[in-house]
Amino acid sequence: MEQFLQQLLNGLFQGSIYALIALGYTMVYGVLRFINFAHGDVFMLGAFTAYGLHKLLAGTLAAMPWPVSLIIILVASMALCAALGIVIELLAYRPLRNRPRLNVLITAIGVSLFIEYTGQLAFGATQRPFPELIPPIQVVSAGGLSVSMTHVIVLGTTLLLLFGLRMIVMKTKMGLAMRALSLNPTASTLMGVNNSVVISFTFGLGSALAAAGGILYASLYPSIEPFMGIQPGLKAFVAAVLGGIGNIPGAALGGLIIGITETLVKGYGQSIGIPSGYSEGVAFVILILILVFKPSGLLGKVEREKV
Amino acid sequence: MKRYTAQIALIVALAVSLGISCASDSIDAYYLDIALNVGINIILAVSLNLVNGHTGQFSLGHAAFMAVGAYGASIFTLEASQKLIPLLGGPGTFATGTAFFIALVIGGLCAAICGWLVGMPSLRLRGDYLAIVTLGFNEIVRVILQNTSGDGPFGGPLGLKGIPSHTTFFWVFAFAAVCVYVVASMVNSTYGRGFLAVRDDEVAAGSMGINTVRYKVTAFVTGSFFAGLAGGLYAHLRTTISPAGFDFLKSFDVVVIVILGGMGSTAGVIAAAILLTVLNEFLRDFEQYRMIVFSLLLIIMMIVRPQGLLPSLPFFTRKKSA
Repeated sequence: MEQFLQQLLNGLFQGSIYALIALGYTMVYGVLRFINFAHGDVFMLGAFTAYGLHKLLAGTLAAMPWPVSLIIILVASMALCAALGIVIELLAYRPLRNRPRLNVLITAIGVSLFIEYTGQLAFGATQRPFPELIPPIQVVSAGGLSVSMTHVIVLGTTLLLLFGLRMIVMKTKMGLAMRALSLNPTASTLMGVNNSVVISFTFGLGSALAAAGGILYASLYPSIEPFMGIQPGLKAFVAAVLGGIGNIPGAALGGLIIGITETLVKGYGQSIGIPSGYSEGVAFVILILILVFKPSGLLGKVEREKV
Repeated sequence: MKRYTAQIALIVALAVSLGISCASDSIDAYYLDIALNVGINIILAVSLNLVNGHTGQFSLGHAAFMAVGAYGASIFTLEASQKLIPLLGGPGTFATGTAFFIALVIGGLCAAICGWLVGMPSLRLRGDYLAIVTLGFNEIVRVILQNTSGDGPFGGPLGLKGIPSHTTFFWVFAFAAVCVYVVASMVNSTYGRGFLAVRDDEVAAGSMGINTVRYKVTAFVTGSFFAGLAGGLYAHLRTTISPAGFDFLKSFDVVVIVILGGMGSTAGVIAAAILLTVLNEFLRDFEQYRMIVFSLLLIIMMIVRPQGLLPSLPFFTRKKSA
């Protein structure tokens, strides 16, 4: 029983990171109706930015208590990646507005590979140890359960960011504009919304969340490399589709489901004949199942394509 | 006479490839190898073009179907050919050739079945889902092959070794010619108007009574079949195959060829296959920059010239009538 609870908790931590990345996919899909393949690479850049900042500011940060330095690194990396997301949209996707969706999709794949291989050239292909931003403190270690400080921070940050996002989307004018644009781009322009600004803002917001996800992921699995974003990125995309792409609470829910399912398969799959090497494929099996049985996702609305 | 032009072209192409194949001993082995690679890439690119170009879907997993075909054909050759060849009249050119042909077709059929299984759920929806599912399928195939036992028929992470080197100039270019012929006649037929209609506007095509899902699945399964054939040819050319050789980057190479050649232009895609294969050969020393350049090229192409590098040629493409 304890082991099961532990697995469930691990799945929850893993899933909350997928949820953070999935939000970016879902928001961009909501406003632009396309899959931003490069999102997983912004996640990778988030981890690398934190790594770089930690090196750069090592002297200053060492003097501070760890929560302060963690917050500084987290916020600074999120800001940098948000700026990067906005630049990517401006250079690669904006020239393609109103072009066939396929062209935008191809560009997104190009951007993704460009970031990965430029990263490989710049940082090298080898794995690097991620600095210990959160000290290794055990918070709970009773009755076979163990929860470290890293886990608490991962879950806490995720919940905080989800709450913040909900506030932005539901309570601010920008959030209102995002929802309007997602509902009908032409009508939102007619109501005085500057669609370009809203799209840039959405990319910035999504990229900031991906960067936070990258840092948390690297804190859980402290080794980073330029291709680390591919797998979590794909799984987070599946999470977004599972929850109903374009639907923000759905993305969070989907992330948790994928994380927990994956951890359980990793933990118990062997006893029912699934080698742990196959747990990487779980997300894709889920994706195929959703596409067959409920393409609109768990919380998504059925959307009819209109002429 | 005019209505048989395509068939005559096919026969001429088959004859020429047989002729060159007979003389292939006098060709430098290095250039012959490049030529064979060009041929395999033509099959891959032209078949992917049926899906990505003519039908307007987006598959990112062509290498996975290639892998299925390569493993299917190689396992058949390694396990069954020894028993089959005596039945066909002993080890001779005819018997080995027939056994090889059967192996290739089996590889292609395995790939086509996988194509149907993958395409059926994802093609009921719009294009972007196919991209993700095929990308995922590419990963799954690699993971499954890598997790097989090293002693089993799949050879585990090290793959298969000692596949007989059956692939000759004739086989590669004969199948390339057949592939071009099949794709061109599918697209240029009355039936084939459906593919173009699905690409141009799925909703409108559907309301004109075209079964869009069926057209998309047909294109995808045909594309997978030829990818499987190309995989079989590749396996019997290299004589060793491993799961790592059929990763996403291999799929991406084919996508780049199709996009540079121009989606929906068979002649352009053939030209791009030749150009990029030869270029890759000369740029081996700059391997770490290759992907950066290719991805940048893809972005720039989409912004500046989405119709491909070549101007649209009348050759192999139906003229746009008013």
